[in-house]
Amino acid sequence: MNAKTADKIATAVFYAIAGSVILILAFLLGYILISGFPKLTWQFLTTPAKAFTAGGGIGIQLFNSFYLLLLAMLISFPIALGAGIYLNEYAKQNWLTTIIRTAIEILSSLPSVVVGLFGFLLFVVHMKMGFSILSGALALTFFNLPLLTRSIEGSLAAIPNLQREAGLALGLSRWETVTHVILPAAVPSILTGVILSAGRVFGEAAALIYTSGQSAPALNFGDWNPFNISSPLNPMRPAETLAVHIWKINSEGIMPDASAVSAGSSAVLVLAVLLFNFLARWLGRRLYHRLTSATN
Amino acid sequence: MSEKINASADAPLRNIYHFDEATHEIALSTHNLHVFYGDNEALTEGDLQFERYKITALIGASGSGKSTFLRSLNRMNDGIARVEGEIRYRDLDINSNQIDVYEMRRHIGMVFQRPNPFAKSIYDNITFALKQRGVRNKQRLDEIVETSLRQAAMWDQVKDELHQSALALSGGQQQRLCIARAIAMEPDILLLDEPASALDPVATSQIEDTLLQLKEKYTIIIVTHNMQQAARISDYTAFFHLGKVLEYDEARKIFTRPKVAITNDYISGNFG
Repeated sequence: MNAKTADKIATAVFYAIAGSVILILAFLLGYILISGFPKLTWQFLTTPAKAFTAGGGIGIQLFNSFYLLLLAMLISFPIALGAGIYLNEYAKQNWLTTIIRTAIEILSSLPSVVVGLFGFLLFVVHMKMGFSILSGALALTFFNLPLLTRSIEGSLAAIPNLQREAGLALGLSRWETVTHVILPAAVPSILTGVILSAGRVFGEAAALIYTSGQSAPALNFGDWNPFNISSPLNPMRPAETLAVHIWKINSEGIMPDASAVSAGSSAVLVLAVLLFNFLARWLGRRLYHRLTSATN
Repeated sequence: MSEKINASADAPLRNIYHFDEATHEIALSTHNLHVFYGDNEALTEGDLQFERYKITALIGASGSGKSTFLRSLNRMNDGIARVEGEIRYRDLDINSNQIDVYEMRRHIGMVFQRPNPFAKSIYDNITFALKQRGVRNKQRLDEIVETSLRQAAMWDQVKDELHQSALALSGGQQQRLCIARAIAMEPDILLLDEPASALDPVATSQIEDTLLQLKEKYTIIIVTHNMQQAARISDYTAFFHLGKVLEYDEARKIFTRPKVAITNDYISGNFG
């Protein structure tokens, strides 16, 4: 067999492997979207769920998912940003930072159900927060923090050292250089990381089952005072998210249209995560162009 | 690296020029400078004086210590290497711990080998550090932008696109922007670390012209690999070899009648 034939065969094999990966993905996505598509109506997206009768929606679960995501990001982003800046810009290579990096590595591979049970013991039981959005957001922070820190650290590390030297050589302090030169240059990539991790958080179920709970009490969308128990903004109320809802319907749902609701919810979840991904790429590219290309 | 010493046996091993400080104004001088990377000594006994409003070129093979020396002059080696000895600038030892390095670097600016404009507009690249130092007056900032871009010989090319991204400029323009950015801080001394090595010949000769004009106002110390460049633009030249300065003299002497045999070998292209 000569080199040319070998090359042709190898190329064909790689095409086949890549094709089968895409095929599996397309099948999964297609199946979820097609079986859920009939359910996707405005009414389904906005009405509360029904436990015993058909025709329930996912309005509250959808809102809960976004609200929880927002809170989790509000808590985890500043911490991850600080940790990322410390690790990439300030930390020296020594045993302490090696331990920190290893810890982050281990944390990021922690199964999310373990994070959920830990959050249950610490926040729900020990700190007496009960099944609440806050408990869930804190558990999600634990879940999200390692990955977000790594992603931000990576974004900062991708900015060439030349940029740091440029700042320092102009008499800027290290802090000024980091905040005004390095961070702005890293914004597109940091943003992409944040949105991608948002997609992961949005679809997370195991960490929330024991922390933010499995019930979605009725909300009064006319009441935005976060201290009222029926207010959507109240962080101390239990809140079933979309992903948890899917899990619950499939394990103990008794409504007659359980499988249709489950399929519809799955489609919404997948679409939301897809949306996050496209948004991340689009925003990242746009910002990058804005920062680097000539046209305003 | 082959070291064929082919000059006569009575050639000196070192020849370091010392200025008569009564007739020459010294902008910067080093005394007993030693630089260590870990336990390795990268530079020994850097004893050099730099005359004001002159261009001094530092030449030598890769790894000869010339860049290390240059980067030590405005403490860019802080945290990378250990620098011992004195660097005298205006009666101050700027290598001492008491020095505010950020303030010092405003007096001793630096331009690097690869153009490194910020991911900001041309205008912001120049004004950003000034704003951080409290220069807020728009008119004053506009003036500084124009003056420094003129000094870097690129005003006419970019005056209509000041608010476009600096990253869209060509390599040569980016490097001149970096020079403009450095001189906008109105430093006394400008350090350049092979500023033209990443550029094409046309851009290189433009940078050289720019430097020749800048020396009316600034003391320039430049590291270069390019022998012709050193010969064309420098008033004084220091030859670095294996972490030592072997010869320091007027450029025309270095390039026509070097006193040290190894210098002669290097400039005639026998090694390096």
